[in-house]
Amino acid sequence: MTITNPKSAYFDGLKGGAPFLLVLAPFALLFGVVATEAGLDLAQIMGFSVIVIAGAAQFTALQLMSDNAPAIVILVSSLAVNLRMAMYSASLAPHFGAAPFWQRALLSYALFDQNYALSIARFEADRQMTLTDRLAFFAGASTPLVPVWIAFTLIGALVGRGIPEEFALDFALPITFIALIGPALRTVAHLTAALVSVVLSLLLAGLPYNLGLMVAALAALAAGAEMERRLYPGGIR
Amino acid sequence: MSYSYGATWGLIIAIGIGTYLIRFSFLGLIGERKLPEWVLRHLRYTPVAVIPGIIAPLVAWPAATGGDPDPARLIAAAVTGLTGYFTRSVLLAILGGMASLYVCLALFG
Repeated sequence: MTITNPKSAYFDGLKGGAPFLLVLAPFALLFGVVATEAGLDLAQIMGFSVIVIAGAAQFTALQLMSDNAPAIVILVSSLAVNLRMAMYSASLAPHFGAAPFWQRALLSYALFDQNYALSIARFEADRQMTLTDRLAFFAGASTPLVPVWIAFTLIGALVGRGIPEEFALDFALPITFIALIGPALRTVAHLTAALVSVVLSLLLAGLPYNLGLMVAALAALAAGAEMERRLYPGGIR
Repeated sequence: MSYSYGATWGLIIAIGIGTYLIRFSFLGLIGERKLPEWVLRHLRYTPVAVIPGIIAPLVAWPAATGGDPDPARLIAAAVTGLTGYFTRSVLLAILGGMASLYVCLALFG
C-alpha cells in the first residue's frame, strides 16, 4: 500500500509511537528523580535530557559520576552504550540520504530506539514511500518520544526531593538497567556478552579508575561478536 | 559526588556532543556507504556488554546497605531480569522488579 499523503504518514507514525509513552514517561521521570538524589541541580538535569537525550547513557553517566569514576571512564562508558545508534544511523541513511542536510541533522537529534525500530520496519515493508512521507512518518513516531522525555524528566526533578527513603529509590536505577537488558537478550550471543560482562566486572571490581568495567565491557563485546560469528554464520538482524 | 558544578556541565556537554555525532554519523556525514560486517557485529553487542558490567556490582554490593549483599535487592534484581527476559517488556520488568523489592523489604527489611 502506497501512501502519498504526508499527513496520513505522520499520523501513522504517531499511532505507532504512542504506546512507547508508557515506557518513556516513567523512565524519564525516574531519571529526574535519581539525578536529583545524586545532587544535580535542575538546569543540569534538564541539560542531560535535552543535550544528551539518551536514557541508558544518561543513567550510565549518572551512576559513574556518583561513583566518582574518572571523567574519561564516564565519557567512554556513556558513549559506548550509545554506539548502537551508529548502527541505526547507518541503516536509516539509505532512506533519508536524499533529504536536505538540516532535516538529517534534526532527525539525528530525535533518533531513539523506538522510532528507529518503527521506521525501519515500515520503510522496508513499503518501498514505495516517498521521501516526504518517510520524513513525516519519522516525525510522527518521534512526537510522543522527544517532548515526553524532556517533560517527564522535569516532573521527576521537581517531585524528586519529596520521595521518602522507604521507596528504596537507590535501587530504581539497577532495576531500570536490568529491565532494559532483559528484553535485549535475544540470542545466545547476547546472553554470552551479558554474562561475561557481569562475571568480569565483579571479579575486577577492585581495579582502580573503574578499569574493571572497561575490561569487562571489551571482553564481553568480543565474546558476543565471536559467539555470533560461530553460531549465526548467516548473521542476525 | 565529587564533580564540581562546572565539571558536571563539561561532562554533560561532552556526552551530548559525542552522542549526537554517533546519531548523525551515517545520516549526516558518511552517507550510504555500508559498514563492514565485523563492525556491525561489535556494535550490536555494546549495550549488553556495557550495562550488565555497570549493574552487577550495584546489585552485589548495594550502597544502601553499606556494600553488604542484601537478599531483598538480589531477589528484586532476579525478578526484574526474568520478567524482562520472558515478557520482552521493559515496563513490566520495572514494575515487577520494584514490586518484588517492596515485598522483600517488607518481609526481611
